[in-house]
Amino acid sequence: MDIHEYQAKKILSDFGVTIPRGGIVYSPENAENKAREIGGSRWVVKAQIHSGARGKAGGIIVCDTPLEVAQATDKLLGKKLVTNQTGPEGKIVNRIYIEEATDIECELYLGLVFDRSSESIMVVASTEGGMSVEEISKEKPESIIRSKIEVAVGMQSFQARELAFGLGIEPDLIRRASETIIGCYKAFSELDATMVEVNPLVISKQKQILALDCKMSFDNNAMFRRNQVSELRDKTQEDSKEVFASDRGLNYVSLDGNIGNIINGAGLAMASMDMIKLAGGSPANFLDVGGGATPEKIVKAFKLVTMDEKVKVILVNIFAGINRCDWVAEGIVEALKKIEVNVPLVIRLAGTNVEKGNQILKESKINYIEANTLEDAANKAVAALNKS
Amino acid sequence: MTVLVDKNSKIIIQGFTGKMGSFHADEMIKYGSNVVGGVTPGKGGSKHLNLPVFNTVKDAVNETGADASILFVPPAFAADSAMEAADAGIKTCVAIVDGIPSHDMIRIKRYMRRYTKSSKMTLVGPNCAGIISPGKSMLGIMPGHIYKEGRIGIISRSGTLGYEAAQQLKNLNIGVSTSVGIGGDPINGSSFRDIIEKFETDDETDAILMIGEIGGPQEVAAGEFAKDNMKKPVIAYIAGLTAPKGRVMGHAGAIVSAYGESAIEKVEILKECGIIISKNPSVMGDTVKSVLEKM
Repeated sequence: MDIHEYQAKKILSDFGVTIPRGGIVYSPENAENKAREIGGSRWVVKAQIHSGARGKAGGIIVCDTPLEVAQATDKLLGKKLVTNQTGPEGKIVNRIYIEEATDIECELYLGLVFDRSSESIMVVASTEGGMSVEEISKEKPESIIRSKIEVAVGMQSFQARELAFGLGIEPDLIRRASETIIGCYKAFSELDATMVEVNPLVISKQKQILALDCKMSFDNNAMFRRNQVSELRDKTQEDSKEVFASDRGLNYVSLDGNIGNIINGAGLAMASMDMIKLAGGSPANFLDVGGGATPEKIVKAFKLVTMDEKVKVILVNIFAGINRCDWVAEGIVEALKKIEVNVPLVIRLAGTNVEKGNQILKESKINYIEANTLEDAANKAVAALNKS
Repeated sequence: MTVLVDKNSKIIIQGFTGKMGSFHADEMIKYGSNVVGGVTPGKGGSKHLNLPVFNTVKDAVNETGADASILFVPPAFAADSAMEAADAGIKTCVAIVDGIPSHDMIRIKRYMRRYTKSSKMTLVGPNCAGIISPGKSMLGIMPGHIYKEGRIGIISRSGTLGYEAAQQLKNLNIGVSTSVGIGGDPINGSSFRDIIEKFETDDETDAILMIGEIGGPQEVAAGEFAKDNMKKPVIAYIAGLTAPKGRVMGHAGAIVSAYGESAIEKVEILKECGIIISKNPSVMGDTVKSVLEKM
């Protein structure tokens, strides 16, 4: 789960990281007042969307008067911002963060992620703040320093100090820099985060160390024990079909193609998508209804896939284990009584009681194309697409 | 003896009296697994499915001599249950549950560092289908009848894709020595490398089919291990050729976030390690067959 910049900053500030003064607003009138309340003589108006690279997309505007702050807010609110991370459809701006401008002396990069190889938390830092970490590793790989943190004992002061010295921070600021790095680590480990990225982490002309921009992601599996974090979810920043799916316990990812998929199991779903591609087609979605493939889930899955206007063919591929094919077939027949499908439908069942399952489908009135193997299913889906 | 479980494995169910635990305990018993009891804290002393229920794993081990366990406890309590099993002397523990936080998985693995190699429990999963040695024992939730007895070792992150492979093999009259589902999470108890190492020394296994997917370093680590240490052939299929970068594809661990984690990159690296690649998921069985014919 991702959260907004202003939410991430609030969290970091609770863990002792200094952030510029700022506030969230939802209207231009609000914005003008907020700018006066914050004080100072320059402000930064920042569109809150779940994406980086907002500056290049025009989502960050520097203003010299409260009136300009109001105008900038007016310009951004309700707009769809397209960045290199949002995809062509962009993301809607519903919230604006107003922040006092910072006199920057230098920009640093600080990121924390899970390292799956060592199963520890990896801290990545660089003197080249402001660039994305991908750009830094391509253009200035020598500037990157890393530190692996043993989760069982947590980050030690010396590890933070080594990173701070490694970034070339002047001796007077080392202590504050270490506290900042440890604050980020604590936020990561105490809130079940999967990523904390402060980019840039700046040293101001007034010698303050500030998190100027921040991104955080959290482990969805841990949200049951992180009520305060899970409340920060903003569904307007997610694909509406993906929200529909996640609210109903389905794993769904929207893709560009036109063959809709309903499959049980994430691995089998990816494999089926691969077969579609090899057969010359292109999947419209990834959809895992779960190993069990219960009739309720199948109804929800049909609802979801038929919502997608790109879909010209639907491919159902269920490998039934404990839940037998006959039971799955009954679920499909029931689903199709409730949901109208106006595109060709290819169904491949495999596993327990496959003959019985296919017989139920045949004897029902549903209009479908039967397939036997993964390859057969993909080929028939692509053939049906070419005919339609 | 086969990998991880065999006919003599004495199995207990953690979360025995719950709906999932009861259902799958019954399935395992029907398959012929030697289930000797279960654990549900607070229900010790009672009987369930005609088997004794214990309050703690330690009690169960002391009374029954259990050496294997399977967890059907909710994600919030799974880490605790896995550590309890490790401490009680269980040798093989399968965590079926999907949804354990990554921080908890790391905690379990750190906890288990206190044991020496010979006394350390093997944890398989979470978010997996479990282990089956066809005809001998099933410590999992798979449909047992799709596995024919034989000499191929299967390791898979995905459950249903592992079933698909077993079915393809059965259709070609090829059997399985043991199939291990290691699960779809970013941090898991046993890696591909851990399990192929066990298959290499297993005298009932001739070749290994490894079914991987996008995300994480494990397939490559196994490939590099195989290149330097394995005599038995390893066949691999990697799912997710069409998966977009940076998106989680169902499994929490199926996300491409670094170089070498996409399906194409993994296939290239595995080929360099001498692994035989099944070029698509429809020919996993055929690829194994052609390797066996050359042996």
